[in-house]
Amino acid sequence: MTALVEIEDLTVRFSGERTVHAINGVSLSVAKGEVLALLGESGSGKSVTLKSIMQLLPGRRTQIGGRIRFDGRDVLALKGRALADFRGRDVAMIFQDPSLALDPVYSIGTQIAETVIRHEGVSRVAARSRALDMLKRVRIPSAERRLDNYPHEMSGGMRQRAMIALALACGPRLLLADEPTTALDATVQMQVLLLLRELQQEMDMSVIFVTHDIGVAVEIADRVAVMYAGTIVETGTISQIIKDPRHPYTKGLLAANLHGAVKGSRLDAIPGAPPTLEEPPTSCPFAPRCPSALPVCREARPPLVNRGPGRAVACVLEQEPAI
Amino acid sequence: MLGYLFSRLVSVIPVALGVSLICFLLVHIAPGDPLVAIMPIDATAEQEAEMRAVYGFDKPLPVQFGIWLSNAVQGDLGRSIATGRPVGPEVTRAVGNTLLLAAAASVIGFPLGIFFGFMAGYLRDTVWDRIITASAIAGVSTPNYWLGMVLVIIFSITWPLLPSMGAGPGGSGAWVWDWQHMRHLVLPAITLAVVPMGIVMRTTRALVSDILDQDFVQALYAKGMTRTGVLRHVARNAAPTALSVIGLQLGYLLGGSILIETVFNWPGSGYLLSVAILQRDLPMLQGTILVLAMFFVTLNLLVDIAQSMIDPRISRA
Ligand SMILES: Nc1ncnc2c1ncn2[C@@H]1O[C@H](COP(=O)(O)OP(=O)(O)OP(=O)(O)O)[C@@H](O)[C@H]1O
Ligand code: SF4
Ligand SMILES: [Mg+2]
Repeated sequence: MTALVEIEDLTVRFSGERTVHAINGVSLSVAKGEVLALLGESGSGKSVTLKSIMQLLPGRRTQIGGRIRFDGRDVLALKGRALADFRGRDVAMIFQDPSLALDPVYSIGTQIAETVIRHEGVSRVAARSRALDMLKRVRIPSAERRLDNYPHEMSGGMRQRAMIALALACGPRLLLADEPTTALDATVQMQVLLLLRELQQEMDMSVIFVTHDIGVAVEIADRVAVMYAGTIVETGTISQIIKDPRHPYTKGLLAANLHGAVKGSRLDAIPGAPPTLEEPPTSCPFAPRCPSALPVCREARPPLVNRGPGRAVACVLEQEPAI
Repeated sequence: MLGYLFSRLVSVIPVALGVSLICFLLVHIAPGDPLVAIMPIDATAEQEAEMRAVYGFDKPLPVQFGIWLSNAVQGDLGRSIATGRPVGPEVTRAVGNTLLLAAAASVIGFPLGIFFGFMAGYLRDTVWDRIITASAIAGVSTPNYWLGMVLVIIFSITWPLLPSMGAGPGGSGAWVWDWQHMRHLVLPAITLAVVPMGIVMRTTRALVSDILDQDFVQALYAKGMTRTGVLRHVARNAAPTALSVIGLQLGYLLGGSILIETVFNWPGSGYLLSVAILQRDLPMLQGTILVLAMFFVTLNLLVDIAQSMIDPRISRA
C-alpha cells in the first residue's frame, strides 16, 4: 500500500504566556483507504496533530517543525489560495461538537453548497442539489426539508451527519475526524460510526480518527497509533494492539478497559497525570507513571523501534532484538 | 416569520399605550390644578374652554386619557403655554430637525464605528487594534458639548469655515437640501456622532473578537473558505447584536442631543424640550416626549424585526 499522508518528525510548540511543547517528534503514515485511530488521553496532542495537517493552528503563536507530505506534496509549505484549495477539497475535517462547528446563522444546505461552490465553482442550483445528495447519503430523513434547517433545529446526531455531509461534499481523499462521536449518546454514536465506516469504504477514503475510547477505535480503525505527551508510543493493527500490547502505557489503557464493557470506556484509569510539557521530554515521558520503569528510562527518550511491518514501540523494554 | 412579525407588531401596542399614559399623566403629576398648570397665566376664557375640551378635566381620569389620546392620534396635542400656538406643528418641525441631525450623525458614526471595530477585532492585539481601541475610548469619554465648543472655536472662529449656529442661514427653521443648509449640519453632526461611534466600535470589536474564537470559524477555514468568505460569516454572526447596539445608540441620538442642540442652537426637539422645561410649558413637554417616545418604540420594533431576519434562532426558536 502506498502512503497518502506521511508525517515525519513533527514538532509543535506553542509560545505565549505559557510554552507548551505539544508535539515532540511524531512520525506517522496513513495508506490510501486506511483508517488510522489516534488513541490517547486528553492533552496528548491528538487534535494538534490533526490541525497541523490542515495548518489550523494559530500562526503567530505556533512553531511547527518536521514534514507533512500529502500525496507527495509538502503540506506545511502551502500558503494562501493553495492552502485554501487544499483544505476541504483534498482533506476535510469533522469535529467533536457539531453544534459549535457549524455556523449558527446559515442553513445546513447553504453551508454545504458554499463549500461545493468554493471548490468546484458550480452554480448555486448545482451546489444545492449536491448538498441534497450528500444529506441523503448520510441518511438524514426528509433531506429536502432539512436543507433549509438551521443547526439549532437538528438533534446532535443529525447535526453530526450534516457535518459529515459537509466534509465529504467535495470527495476528499483524507478525512480528519476529531472525536466526532464523543458528544453523542451511545446508540447514536454507533450509528454514526457505522455510517462513517460505510462512506469511507464507498469513497475509498483514508481517515485519521482521533478518540480516547478504545471501543470506538475497535469499531472503526484498521490501525492504531497510541499517543502520549506529544509522542507516538506504540503503533500496530487494531488486533495487535488489543491482543498484544507492548508499551506499558497501552497495557495500562487496556487493563483499565478490561473491567466492564470495552465500549464507551474512558482512558483515565491509570494513576498519575501526564507531564505538563513546558519542556520537551528528555526521558521516557511515561516514566513517572510506569509500573515497570527502570533507571535507564530516565536517562534518554526511548526511540520508536520497529517490531515488524507497521508495528513499533517506544519503550526500553522493547529495545532487545525481537524474539 | 409572518407570524413572528405579526406577534411583534401586536406586542408594541401595550408599550405604546403605556408610554402615552405616562405622557398624559405628566400633567397630573405636576403639583397644583392641572388646568392652571397647562394654561398661560393670561389665558382668555376662550382658551380655558378649549383646554377643558382637549383634556376634559371634569370627566373621570380614564375618560380624560381616552379623549386626550384620540386627539393626539389626530395630531392635536394642545396649545403651548408660552406661545399659545398649537403644539403639534411645532413638535413636528423640531422632531424633524432632530431626526435630520441624528440621521447625519448616524451616517458618519455607524459605518465608521462598524468598520474600525471590525478591523480592531480582526487585527486584535496588534498595534492597529490598540490605536483603534484607544481612539474609541477617547471618543466615548470626551464630553460632547465640550468637543462641540472646541470644534466651534476651531472651525467657526479661528478659521471661519463652517457655521456654528442654527439649522440654516439667518437662523431659519425651515430645512432645504442645499449646501447653505447642509453646512450647518456638519459640526453638530460630527460632535453628536463621536460617542455612538466609539460605542459601536468597541461593541463591534468585542463581538468580532468573540466570534473569531468560536469553533465554527476554524471549521470554515478547514473547509477551504478564504479570508473574505470567513469574514462574511463573521459579519453575519455579529450583525444581530451590532444592530441592537446601533438601535440603542440611535435612541441616544434622538434623546441625548439636548446639550448639542443647545451648543449649536439647533432648532430640534432637545432645544424645544429644554425651553419647555425652563418655561414649565407642560403641553409642549408632553407633546415632544410623546412623539420622541413613539420614535423609540418604532425604532425598537424595526431593530427586532431586522435581527430576526438575520438570526434564525430569534424568530424560529
Ligand atoms: N492553540 C493552542 N495554544 C496553546 N496550547 C495549545 C493549543 N492547542 C492545544 N494546546 C495544548 O497542546 C496540548 C495538546 O492538546 P490537544 O488538543 O492536541 O490534546 P488532545 O489529545 O486532542 O486532547 P483532548 O482529548 O482533550 O482533545 C495540550 O496541552 C493543550 O493545552
Ligand atoms: S521506557 Fe521505561 S518508563 Fe517508559 S514505558 Fe518503557 S519501561 Fe516504562
Ligand atoms: Mg482534542
